[in-house]
Amino acid sequence: MHIMEFGSAKTLYEELGGEAAVNAAVDVFYRKVLTDDRVSSFFDDVDMDRQIGKQRAFLTMVFGGPVAYTGKDMRQGHAHLVARGLNDSHVDAVIELLGESLREVGAPEHLIKRVADIAESARADVLNR
Amino acid sequence: MPTIEFDGRKYHLAEQESVLDALLRNGIQAAHSCKAGSCGSCLMQATQGPVPIRAQAGLKDSWKTQGYFLSCVCRPEGDLSIGKVGADAQLGATITLLELLSPDVLRVRLRCDGRIDFRAGQYVTIVQEGGLARSYSIANLPDEGELELHVRKIAGGRMSGWLHKGAVVGDRVSVLGPSGECFYVPGTPDQPLLLAGTGTGLAPLYGILRDALRQGHRGPIHVFHGALHTGGLYLVDELRRLASLHSHVEYTPAVLNGEESDAVAVGSIDQVVLKRFPKLSGWRGYVCGDPTLVQMLKKKLFLCGMSSRDIYADAFVPAAQPS
Repeated sequence: MHIMEFGSAKTLYEELGGEAAVNAAVDVFYRKVLTDDRVSSFFDDVDMDRQIGKQRAFLTMVFGGPVAYTGKDMRQGHAHLVARGLNDSHVDAVIELLGESLREVGAPEHLIKRVADIAESARADVLNR
Repeated sequence: MPTIEFDGRKYHLAEQESVLDALLRNGIQAAHSCKAGSCGSCLMQATQGPVPIRAQAGLKDSWKTQGYFLSCVCRPEGDLSIGKVGADAQLGATITLLELLSPDVLRVRLRCDGRIDFRAGQYVTIVQEGGLARSYSIANLPDEGELELHVRKIAGGRMSGWLHKGAVVGDRVSVLGPSGECFYVPGTPDQPLLLAGTGTGLAPLYGILRDALRQGHRGPIHVFHGALHTGGLYLVDELRRLASLHSHVEYTPAVLNGEESDAVAVGSIDQVVLKRFPKLSGWRGYVCGDPTLVQMLKKKLFLCGMSSRDIYADAFVPAAQPS
């Protein structure tokens, strides 16, 4: 294991650039999910501002930032989508679009991998398994 | 369930009941209109007890600290003592002008009894003596010392019916506000601006246009105004005059039904806007008017590349139907 000097370890969120990185990625990501036929119907809320807010919270979470969602929150928050047919293929597509978005705003591959891992860890809760 | 104390009496709230609904249920004449936390006409003041954050969303900080809250979206978790808002939240005002801009749209000018700080594009709520309240966008600039509102005649509408038919210059109303985040923000004078709206959604856009020009905006400004037919367009000559006076201002009236001509585009406003500007990255947009249209147009502008933070909107929420 690589030992870092105490105090020099940056969190993933800090390495990505914190809130500024969320701001840079949120429009790119939301535009992608809104125009991708595989998943757009799950994101096409009437109220765009509310959706942008949700995507901002999602990105903050998968960037390892300061949001504290519990597994229960994730289950409750997605239950209505699971009822509408949300399944593994949709989660795959969202993680793919998340990676594309991060590449587009210039995030390095090793950090994109870590973001994808965090998103992956929420899969069972999101799909209510 | 918590209780509310008002005018020396206590009232019990039902499950999930708002403060406004509890007062109305008990026969108290409480001013209200949209019942959705946006018009501000149900504003009240808490003198004791905790006010939920949701009930103060969008209020000025100075009002929050004084305990002002919107009773229609206030579902308290503890007992609350409340009162009607003080005179400092409402201003008396006198009607100084009533002028038809089109068969359906009336220009109303009001002179307030005291100073009112506003930005063109924000909205105020007009309250009649009996408590009837409606919100209207501000179409003019603060230095004119008056408020200009554009009031569309609505079938069966009580406030618009009164202003169009019964009201005369010199009549008195109260003014609440202003509120709203849809106004010109200086700081990016070269950014292209897109102003799009239907019906009296033109009122805030006209105010924002004039504010941008006054503040020396240099980037292109495109105004799109949509109506069902040409009779629904108004301020046409005035907007043409501004466009010929300022080379960076362009004005496009659009109608849903009618003949295409050099002067007027035909089509829904989103079609007309996106045909003219299919790529909008780097632009700032202002969208006002009918709520369905506003939500739809915001999304289309976003998908054409406009940043979500550059989209300002004011959806005109209709008054709740009397129950």
